[in-house]
Amino acid sequence: MRISNQIKDHWREQRLFTQRIIACAIIAAIMTGIVLTRLAVLQLVDGDYYAAQSQGNRIRVQPLPPTRGLIYDRNRKLLAENVPSYQLELTPEQVPNIEATLDALTQRGFLPTENLERIRQLINSKRRFDSIPIKQRLSDDEVARFAVLRPYFPGVEIRARLARSYPYGKVASHAIGYMGGISAADQKNLDAAEYSGTSYIGKVSLERAYEPELHGITGNQNVLVNARGRQMQVLDTELAIPGQDLVLSLDINAQIAANDALAQRRGAVVAIDPANGDIIVFISTPGFDPNRFISRLSQKDFQELQNDKDQPLFNRASRGTYPPGSTIKPILALAGIETQAIDPNKRMFCRGFYTLPGRSHRYRDWKVNGHGWINMHDAIAQSCDTYFYSLATKMGIDPMTEILEKFGLGSATGIDIRPESAGLVPSKAWKRKNFAQPGDQVWFPGETVITGIGQGYMLATPLQLAQATAAIAARGERFQPSMVKATRDPVTGKLTPRTPQKLAVIELTDSAHWDQIIAGMRGVIYDASGTARALGKDAPWPMAGKSGTAQVFTVAQNTTYDEMELEERMRDHALFIAFAPIEQPRIAVAVIVENGSSGSGVAGPVARQVIDAYLGSPTS
Amino acid sequence: MIRSVDGRNSGRHGPIAYFLKRLHIDPPLMAGITTILIFGVFVLYSASGKDTDMLFRQCARVSVALLVMLMVAQIRMEWLRRIAPWLYVVGLGTLVLVLISGVTGGGAQRWLDIGIRFQPSELMKLAVPGMLAWLLHERPLPPSAMLIIGMLALIGLPVAMIAMQPDLGTSILIALTGITVIFLAGISMRVIFFAIPATGVIGWVLWSFYMLDYQKRRVLTLLDPESDPLGAGYHIIQSKIAIGSGGSFGKGWLNGSQGQLEFLPERTTDFIFAVIGEEFGLLGVAVLVLVYLLVVGRGFYIAATAQDTFSRLLAGSISFTFFFYVFVNTAMVTGLVPVVGVPLPLVSAGGTSMVTLLAGFGILMSIQTHRKLLPR
Repeated sequence: MRISNQIKDHWREQRLFTQRIIACAIIAAIMTGIVLTRLAVLQLVDGDYYAAQSQGNRIRVQPLPPTRGLIYDRNRKLLAENVPSYQLELTPEQVPNIEATLDALTQRGFLPTENLERIRQLINSKRRFDSIPIKQRLSDDEVARFAVLRPYFPGVEIRARLARSYPYGKVASHAIGYMGGISAADQKNLDAAEYSGTSYIGKVSLERAYEPELHGITGNQNVLVNARGRQMQVLDTELAIPGQDLVLSLDINAQIAANDALAQRRGAVVAIDPANGDIIVFISTPGFDPNRFISRLSQKDFQELQNDKDQPLFNRASRGTYPPGSTIKPILALAGIETQAIDPNKRMFCRGFYTLPGRSHRYRDWKVNGHGWINMHDAIAQSCDTYFYSLATKMGIDPMTEILEKFGLGSATGIDIRPESAGLVPSKAWKRKNFAQPGDQVWFPGETVITGIGQGYMLATPLQLAQATAAIAARGERFQPSMVKATRDPVTGKLTPRTPQKLAVIELTDSAHWDQIIAGMRGVIYDASGTARALGKDAPWPMAGKSGTAQVFTVAQNTTYDEMELEERMRDHALFIAFAPIEQPRIAVAVIVENGSSGSGVAGPVARQVIDAYLGSPTS
Repeated sequence: MIRSVDGRNSGRHGPIAYFLKRLHIDPPLMAGITTILIFGVFVLYSASGKDTDMLFRQCARVSVALLVMLMVAQIRMEWLRRIAPWLYVVGLGTLVLVLISGVTGGGAQRWLDIGIRFQPSELMKLAVPGMLAWLLHERPLPPSAMLIIGMLALIGLPVAMIAMQPDLGTSILIALTGITVIFLAGISMRVIFFAIPATGVIGWVLWSFYMLDYQKRRVLTLLDPESDPLGAGYHIIQSKIAIGSGGSFGKGWLNGSQGQLEFLPERTTDFIFAVIGEEFGLLGVAVLVLVYLLVVGRGFYIAATAQDTFSRLLAGSISFTFFFYVFVNTAMVTGLVPVVGVPLPLVSAGGTSMVTLLAGFGILMSIQTHRKLLPR
């Protein structure tokens, strides 16, 4: 293959080639220089930056959520516990298409459509690598169905978690409250780090008020993760500190008795230990099933509960305000004795109505024909309205306001759960402040008259009435009501008892005055003509009480009830307060049955059953 | 005293040197290659997450490749020169076969299944410079314009076919191998200066009409890797983090978190240099690059002292291509050039390229050890 017409000059070619090889070597040296410079920039100049990046790449802080504290009643019956349950969790980072995944899960019946919006919000509020619960308390069937579909849902997994469970359901619902998903509003007040591993938070009542104690302290672990977020190694762990257990003063047996006695009617019962303010019963009916809030409660179900005209979510025991009616008569009688407006032994004549001097308007007694000649004891026992109209007029509104406030009415009791209404004790000052028209700002004598039987402006919560009753029972000693008797360290089992919060004692000029009104309240039950004489039959412990019936003034204008219903809801509220035993009182009760008509006939038996359940129980 | 057939007296170098001489092994080249290979096996053990299976497979591949190198080193250049055009023809034929019926691997047709999986583009890495060197061997240098155009066609044909597979990295390397031969043959600087803008035009045409979307995307993400941190830019970002976080002295062998925790993609193949950067730091990579340079330098020396045109051109081209491999891979992993899929020579896991590389070194050793005693 020699087609060359030139002669090869080997020496020249060799020289040329050597030059070219040197050129190549120079090019190579320059290129190497570029790479080494680049490496020096990356590793020396920007080394710290990339080191930080690599650290962030591999170490992830994982929260270890603490176990929530348990709640026991006074006899160590479990009222709120944590049970293992399966839930569906989604890790956004690992889901290729979140919308498609949610759609598919909805189509297959794992998620109710109306919950989707809430789930989306939850996903947006968390970090991409956080595991987000999208459905709790999967049934066995759902677990099995999802297990089969799992390969089609990358990033969605079934996890076993502890879920809150309330064995007594509705019965203790308003006392304990419930847990719900952390809302945007909750988030504002929360320490984000403390709740980084927690999806639920106490929403109302105890679960909310004792949230910090029950929640515990979140631990964390630094874990080495790989590029797919899989945990490779735990570097160090700071264990979570479980939440404190709560031992309540609540007696679940008495609570159940109250629930049974109320028998699905709208109402509330609060019972307090007069010796220390311990809440024994705290119930508002109808209740709700707190278990549903954590499990399957959808937006729709929640709306239903909220729109229920019986208002099952409304805590009547501490938020419901009612005219106390005749239940405040013993207290007003006490004011009368103290101010010397009346002589308890002096009788007055009741003709069935009362008129203010110089006026014709008749303030009627419940007994149309009147009680005839009647002293203070009988006026309490028989609940004579005329006697108290007259008494009220004699002392005027100021001492009444004063003593009612001394018993804690008109201001929040400071119980350790929220929310709570303050109720209302009217006064001249209150009228001045709260009415716009100058003509309305004056306190009228007629308003004093009706306040004498607990009507008019006056409003009280069942809790306040129970506290006031306890104050009578303890002859002036008052305590802040409290649900929690002690906290318990779940690790050591050590109990930290709560010290009863003593309030200002109601001082009387003569302590015998207590005996006089208590005797009247005893008469309510034991006198032959006592309003609640039926309750005293074969009672194993001496009781004192007072019935009350409060007029219902208004029916919401924009709601339509059928005739029967309307009539039912127009009926008077039935109230009853009681305590027992009279000499060493251990329980003071306030009962209200909405539209129950008869304080002694409807509310009274409820009080008796609660007292019997509490005092009759061998453990109490 | 025994005299070597090939001339030099081995006696003054002792028995080991004599033994190596008989095996046609060039000791400096061998030292450099084995240093890199042994280091590479350690790095691979770490990069693979202590995968001993992968380690054994790599050792097997290295052994086979070393055997091939040894065999090639025995071949005299006169004979290799004679078969060089046939190698080229066979290589071109198999490339056609691959395009027609190749096994698809990694989204591209690169493999031909002939009992063992075989990548014809690897053969072309040696066949193309061999063919060109054969053409130039008897001709006076520098080559004529007609010859240059002919050679460009001989380069362009296989390069186009490999680019169509598509395997951009390999086609660029082969084009460069051929161009190196032409450069070494002594074409005038004028032609080179004319060629640079021409290349630019060709590049623009390729970009506009022939490059696939994924290839374009790779180029574009190189300019701004953060624009697609979970997609194409992920490779570069993670690799820069790995190298940068290594600092001066590295995190230590088996301690590189980026590699060990799988943040770094393709850490046993194309991105293994990032593992080295992370675990051994700037010191480690600088020493490695230095050893590579020593190997390349020895190659250049062999080329410069080779005794005939074919040997010179082939040796020079093999050496420079080897360097270019190292450069493209390290520049790619450090984010200087697009991610084109070029492994780090002698270190990355993978069979065919290892065999090709060592076969090339076999040629260098043959050239160095078969030299005739000529009067200087």
